[in-house]
This record gives sequence, structure tokens and C-alpha cells, in this order.
Amino acid sequence: MKLEELSALDLGRKIAGRTLSSREVVAYFLERIARFNSSITAFSQVCADLALEKADQIDRQIASGMAMGPLAGVPIAIKDILCTREMRTTCGSRMLENFVAPYDATSVEKMERAGLVTLGKTNMDEFAMGASTETSIFGATHNPWSLERTAGGSSGGSAAALAAGMTPLSIGTDTGGSIRQPAAFCGVCGLKPTYGRVSRYGLVAFASSLDQIGPLAHRVEDLAACLETIAGHDSRDSTSINAPVPQYTRLINRSISNMRIGVVREQIEHAGLAPEIRSAVNRAMEFLTGLGATIVDIGLPHSRYSIATYYVIAPCEASSNLARYDGAHYGLRADTKSLHGESPLEDMYCHSRSQGFGEEVKRRIMLGTFALSSGYYDAYYRKAQQVRRLIFDDYHRAFEQADVLLGPVTPTTAFRLGERLQDPVQMYLGDLFTVGANLAGIPALAIPAGNDQAGLPLSIQLQGPPLAEEKLLSVAYQLEQALFFQPRTANLS
Amino acid sequence: MTVDAYRQVIGLEVHVQLSTQTKLFCGCSTIFGQPPNTQVCPVCLGLPGSLPVLNQHATQLAIKTGLALNCQIAATTKWDRKNYFYPDLPKGYQISQFDQPICYEGFLDFADPNDEKALRRVRIIRAHLEEDAGKSMHDEAAGRADSRIDLNRTGTPLLEIVSYPDMHSPDEAKGYLTELKLLLTYLGVSDCNMQEGSLRVDANVNLHIESAGRTIATPIVEVKNMNSFRAVERALVYEVDRQFAEWKKTGREKGQAPKQTRGWDDVTGVTLPQREKEESSDYRYFPDPDLVPLKIEKSQIESASNALPQLPSQLRAWLQTEHGLKPYDADVIVSQGSHLVEYFQTAVAAGAPAKRISSWIQQDVLRALKERGIEISALPVPATKLASLVNAIESGEIDTSRAKEVFYFWMENPSSDLVAARSALGISSVDRGEIEEVCRQLLDENPQVVAQVLEGNAKGLGSLIGLAKKKNPNADPKLVRELCQQMIESRRTSS
Repeated sequence: MKLEELSALDLGRKIAGRTLSSREVVAYFLERIARFNSSITAFSQVCADLALEKADQIDRQIASGMAMGPLAGVPIAIKDILCTREMRTTCGSRMLENFVAPYDATSVEKMERAGLVTLGKTNMDEFAMGASTETSIFGATHNPWSLERTAGGSSGGSAAALAAGMTPLSIGTDTGGSIRQPAAFCGVCGLKPTYGRVSRYGLVAFASSLDQIGPLAHRVEDLAACLETIAGHDSRDSTSINAPVPQYTRLINRSISNMRIGVVREQIEHAGLAPEIRSAVNRAMEFLTGLGATIVDIGLPHSRYSIATYYVIAPCEASSNLARYDGAHYGLRADTKSLHGESPLEDMYCHSRSQGFGEEVKRRIMLGTFALSSGYYDAYYRKAQQVRRLIFDDYHRAFEQADVLLGPVTPTTAFRLGERLQDPVQMYLGDLFTVGANLAGIPALAIPAGNDQAGLPLSIQLQGPPLAEEKLLSVAYQLEQALFFQPRTANLS
Repeated sequence: MTVDAYRQVIGLEVHVQLSTQTKLFCGCSTIFGQPPNTQVCPVCLGLPGSLPVLNQHATQLAIKTGLALNCQIAATTKWDRKNYFYPDLPKGYQISQFDQPICYEGFLDFADPNDEKALRRVRIIRAHLEEDAGKSMHDEAAGRADSRIDLNRTGTPLLEIVSYPDMHSPDEAKGYLTELKLLLTYLGVSDCNMQEGSLRVDANVNLHIESAGRTIATPIVEVKNMNSFRAVERALVYEVDRQFAEWKKTGREKGQAPKQTRGWDDVTGVTLPQREKEESSDYRYFPDPDLVPLKIEKSQIESASNALPQLPSQLRAWLQTEHGLKPYDADVIVSQGSHLVEYFQTAVAAGAPAKRISSWIQQDVLRALKERGIEISALPVPATKLASLVNAIESGEIDTSRAKEVFYFWMENPSSDLVAARSALGISSVDRGEIEEVCRQLLDENPQVVAQVLEGNAKGLGSLIGLAKKKNPNADPKLVRELCQQMIESRRTSS
């Protein structure tokens, strides 16, 4: 049986029904990781022994008749930016290459409690800064559909691990599109929940006001099941939302015939949008109309400023969040004893940070430090916050007219590795359609929409008002059920 | 040569550690003096992925303090990051309040050091909450720069109280600090222990010099590292002289030199320029995205206001108007803290005259506390017992000097009552006739005293009292004096 073609929930059902053991499932995926990871680099660490041990434990619990959740015994891959007690948390950085957190992130705890079995940590752009996984110290993740292309980023490892059939489920984080863009490039589903829906405790911060943890999977129902597992209020995160978690898996099958689907003019008409992606959005629109949904034309006039706004706010927060990596307490400390400089302390800071961080991280720290400096704060940070408010207001108005917004995730399909590495602005512009949801704090979801002529995955995006994850999941579920979205993994040999 | 007149301009920044059980943004204990790095967790260590959660108790203490300092309390306040690199600051930023402090625009009144009947008022700019940094211990003596960091203190809540530059002498600065510390002690918001660093003072000082018909301001200097109020006073005296001399030498005015930070050296008694933490003090403040703005409800302020204890200034006024104490006496009692005021109150409520209780407290009670190194709550003579003793003096049952013996007897024998003390000390009421006989004898034995008194010099009577006590320890000095005087007068008429 090709287990990589089953949904996570199906695997869970088989494990619960004891037609498959968790050990068998885990061993199956570990074997695929062993075979394919060297060509894909989806995982930065694999913890085979721990996973098998956990799988045995789950199998014993099931055999003893203990009541378990729907994902018990199912393997999962976790982005290497969530703190885990039993594995290193490197963030793809030299700085944290050997860092082991003394605690588990809240979301990791919740997965553990749900019986999910962690296979390992997935590759990512250094500190989640990037859109191609090329800034990782472990090397770039390759797109399973076309190995010379990027898997996207920053959660490229999480998306590629799914597309390569190395895991049935994975966890990513999304600060400006870092779940949705790699999901789109790899032909899998990815959900960035509402800001505050999933606790950030234990998520190594890139940009605190934008970061959010979310699931990636082949199937919409798996997104629902995983979100149900990790969502919820956490007293350890002051920005976490105190609202009950709906049973998403039960709600996704609801009719969407009364729904108003907004199509964002600025996105669908964007000159940089690849025609095949535009067609995919149009096909989805037609299909939803056929189901009885109404299509509404929506304007998000300030969305043209979203990239500029994002690339001020995110680096500002990053410059402060990453100040803690100074070599004093943990992480990389450069050996500066032989320098005998005027200030040994400054030498230590300077060299540790120079050696520990890569180019892109340094670029963003410098951008943010500059933008927060006295004399520039008003022109950059404050202005960006004002525009952020206008972008939020645009969305707020849009959601008075539409229940869900439909559009593209990315302007293009997966680009070639190395193609944009020397041109950061080109790389940043790829976030055009995704950063808005982070700036506004709203949920957004990417689902596969077939392949282009070159065989590369196409994807469409759904965005909804705060806490409307269930609406996004319902619409996505309909699209997945009835149209061209056959989830599958790339053929690897 | 003309002497230039100048006015000293002093503002103080006081950092107060609030006495919460746990730190400002995590659950770690704030207890002092534990082994290094044992009161820490991922949050106060600033480990990757950790997040701060506000300790509401700290905001309650801040509101309480703000109200007692006559401050406005912000309806909404927020948290900002102050970014700088230092090894005792593990996150690379301190969570503080930049442009929306929790308390602002207040004042503190205290006795004018030049006129105890007058009040001086120092206005408060703001009082804001922030987290404390850790401690760096540099050991450069060993020849190699070996620094150690203790992060137990990291994240302890601090209230930074910033005054206007309303003080014009080191005396006033000391007066302000003394009153502020007393107020904080009454509020119970801090233990104000300067040795342990729970109260830290920085001073901003410059001079306004009248010279050649205009007022010249000298560059503002921030003085740090003053570990006692005495040190603050000395540092300010030194700094004022230094700035004046500096101005004489360079003529440099405010604006012509950057603000300087100097550290007070208590041993050599001088201030020395300090190396700045960073070359420029651009802290790149911005709102902390990990925390939500803090809304303070009117009802919360009202209930905090209603729960305020009687404050030192109110108690001084009460002692003066209700009990007729002099300002000095009222201040002595209030300065000792609320428990001594309660002791006073209890004694007076038991019927003893306020002024007598006041003088007993100031003399015998305070001496006993000092000698034994105890708090008033541990004094073996409770307020009601002292009141009974004072009442016994009032009724003539016992004289003051023997009453003091009783007091000290009680100190040693806390369970004994007045009757037991009297019998143990051999105190009995004496017959007036007996004392008359003692006096008669004394006058006969001391004709030179009689002669002096007759010449109008009453001093000698004092020595007779001492002698009378020897003959009969229960002799009331007042009565002895009275009787001796009468007898001498009758001898004058009879002679």
C-alpha cells in the first residue's frame, strides 16, 4: 500500500482500527525520508529512534483500549523553528546550529498530547527570512516536482516533505507567506491561521506581530484536524486569542451555496500574474458559482503598499528579536580571545553575530535597525504602522461584502534555485499576494489547483475575516472534492 | 572680583524594585540573595521562542504608588522595547514604557530643610514600569577579563520615578528622597533596601549662573552609582562645586557639550566620567509586539485609591492637629513607620496623654528598639501597658524616674504587671509625713544649699533630690523639690 497517498486522517483511522500500526506507518515514512531526503533536503534533522519509540507507545495505548484522538500515531514533520526538548532547534542558522531548547513549544506539546509522532525537523530559510529555503545552513530544499527548482520558503522543508511523500502532515510558520507560498510551489495545502489562533510560545520569533504557526497537508480535512489540535488560548502568549476552538473537521462539509466569494481586482488583474495561475483562479470561480456561491468584485486599494509595509515592519521587529543572539548566553560564540581589541565585549558581539548570521538575516537586521533609528522612526516604522492599519481597514470593508476572498498565492510557479538569490527585491516581490493576510492578522489558505504545462503545481488562495478558518476550510473542501485537486506526491526514484 | 551667584538645579530618577512575589513578565521568584542563576526560566533568560506575560500585581503596585504621588493614572498604557546590547540584558532589549507611562504628572511634598514649618513641593514627571537587568560581576583583578553574569534579578519589576528638576540644594534632594522612601515604605510597595539595590538613585544636575546680566546654564550631568542618601548628598555637593569650577575654566554652557554621565566614587569622594554603554544612546524604542496594550479601568483606580493607607503627610498633620504634637515630634514618630504610629495610637486610645506618650516613645521606646535591634512589633512592652504606666504617673501613683525602672523591668520580664514590677523593684507609695521628715533632715545636713536658695539660686535643690532618693528610693522628686522649697521659705520668714 502506498501510504503517502492516504490522508493523515485515513492513516489515523487505520491506526486506531489496528489495520496498520503506528510503527508500520512511521517506519514507512522514515524509509522514504532515508531514500529521498538527500536529494530533496526537506529535513534538517530526523529522529528515527525517538519516532519509533513514540509509535510503539501509541500502539500499546491503542491496544490497551485507551481513547485516542483522530491523529494518534500519525507522523508529522515540524519546522525547525519550533522549540523541541528532544531535538535541536536550529532555525536553519549557524547561530543556533547546536541549540537545544529546554522546553517544548505549546503547539508541540499539543501535538504530543494528540499522539502525533514527530519524524524530525524540517528545513527552512534562516530564521524564516527568505522565500526559497536557500538561506539555510543545511542547503536549499529542492522541489520534488522539479529538483532544480525551489520548494519555496521559508517553510520549504515542510512543503517538500509532503510533496515527496516523506510525511503525511507537517507544521510550518507563516510571517509573510511562508506556509502558503511553499505549499503552492509544492502542490500541497497550507493554512496560515488568524493571528493569535495558535500560540506562538516556543516559536522562535522572526516578526512577532506577523508570525503564526499553521499546518500543511495533502488534504483539506487534514488541515482541519491539525488546526483543531494546535489551536487555542495559551496563557503563556499574551497575543493568543481567548476563543473556543471549533470542531473544524465536522464543519468543513457544510454547504457554501450562500457564500459570497470576493475576487480581488488588484490581484487577478495584476500584470505580473502568470496566465495559468489566473486561469486556475477563474476555474475555481466558475466552479464555486456552479455550487451557488455569488462572486463579488473586491478592491483592496492599499494592497499595492503591502510589500513596502511588510518589509519595514518585519525587519524592524526582527532586528530587535534577533538581538538576543549575541554569543553571551547560548548559541554561537566566536573565539575572539586572540584579538586583544579595545573592547573584548564588542569583539565578541561583533564576531559572533558576523559568523552566526547569514547574508539575508544581516540585511534584515540592518534594515530594521535603520528604520527604528531616531530620526527615521516616523518616516518608516510609524508610517508603515499607519499603512498597516489602512490595509486592515481595506480587508474589513471587503469582508462586509464577501465571506471569503479568492485569488492567487504567488504570481508565478516555483522558480529555479539560484535565480533570485542575488536579487533580494525580486525575491521580496514574490510575497505580493501573501503578506496582506499577515499584516491584517487574518487567516489564509493555499490549495493546489492542478499543474501548469511544465508540470509545476498551480495554487489558489482563500482569505477570510479573523477566526473564519472554518469558512476557508469549507470552501477549500468543496474545491478539493469536486474539481481538479487530486492530492498526490511527486514521482521520485 | 565679583562672586557669580548660581542656582543649583537638581532632578532625580529613582528606580524602585516593587515587592511582587514574582517577576514582571514571568513566574520566577524575586527573592534576593539566592545562588546565581537559580531564579530563572526561559522567559527571563530571553531564550528563543519565549514570550512575556504581564504580572498584574506589579501594575497594581504602580497604580498605588502613582496615586500616593498625586499622579494621573493612564487609561491606556503600553510596553516598549528599549534596545541595547549588554551581557546582563539577555534579550538585547529591556521591556519598558516609553511614551505612555502608567503614572504621570504628580508631586511630592516634604518638610523644607530650611524651615520645618514650611513644605517644599517637587513635581513628578512620570513613573513607569520596566524590567530590571541582571548583574554583571567583572573580575579584572586576576589579570584576565573574566566576567560573570547573574540573571536572578533579570525581569524584577521596577518603577522608575522621574522628578522635575525642582530641587535646588543637596539638602532638598535628600529631603525629597527621605520622604519618597518613607512614602514607599508606608505603601508597602517596596522594601527600599539600598544595599540590596531595591532603591537606586540617579541625579541630573546643572547650575544656572547669573553672570554679566544673564542666566547661563551649565551642561547637564547625570550622576550614577550613589548607594546611600548620604552618598547622594555628598555627590551633589561635589558635583555642584565641580561644575562651577569647570564653567569658570571653560565657560562651556548647556548645549555646547553632550549630556555627560559621571559615576560617584564614595571612597575618594569624587565623580568620574563613565564610559557609555553604547556610543550613541539611540535605544530604537518601539512598541513590544509580544505584549498587548494595558487598559486601566476607572473602577480599578478608584478601588486602589480607596485602599490607600494613611500616608506620612496625613499622619503628621493628624498628630499635630488631633494630638497637639509639635511638627518635630510628629515627624519623629511618623518617620519610624506605620507600626510605631499604630503603637502611639493604641497607647493614646487607652487613655494616656498624647504628649507624654510621644516623649516616652521618642526616648525610652526608641532607645529600647535601637539597643535590641528589634521592630516595634517585637517590643516586650505593648502600647496598652505603656499607657497604664503613663496613667499611673499622671495619677501620682508612681513618679517618672521609678516608672522608667518599671519600663525596663518589663523589658526583661514581659509577663509581669505593674504590681509585680513595683514589688520586685521595692516601689511603694510613701507617706507625705515620711518625705517631710527626709526633707527636714536634708536641709539640716546641707545648710550651704539652704543658703544658696535663700540667695535666689535654686540650682542646689537638684542635688537634694538625688540625696532624698538615696534615703528613700520611693521619694517623688517633684514632691521633694516642693517640700524643700516650702521649708526653706518658712525658714526665711522665721529667721
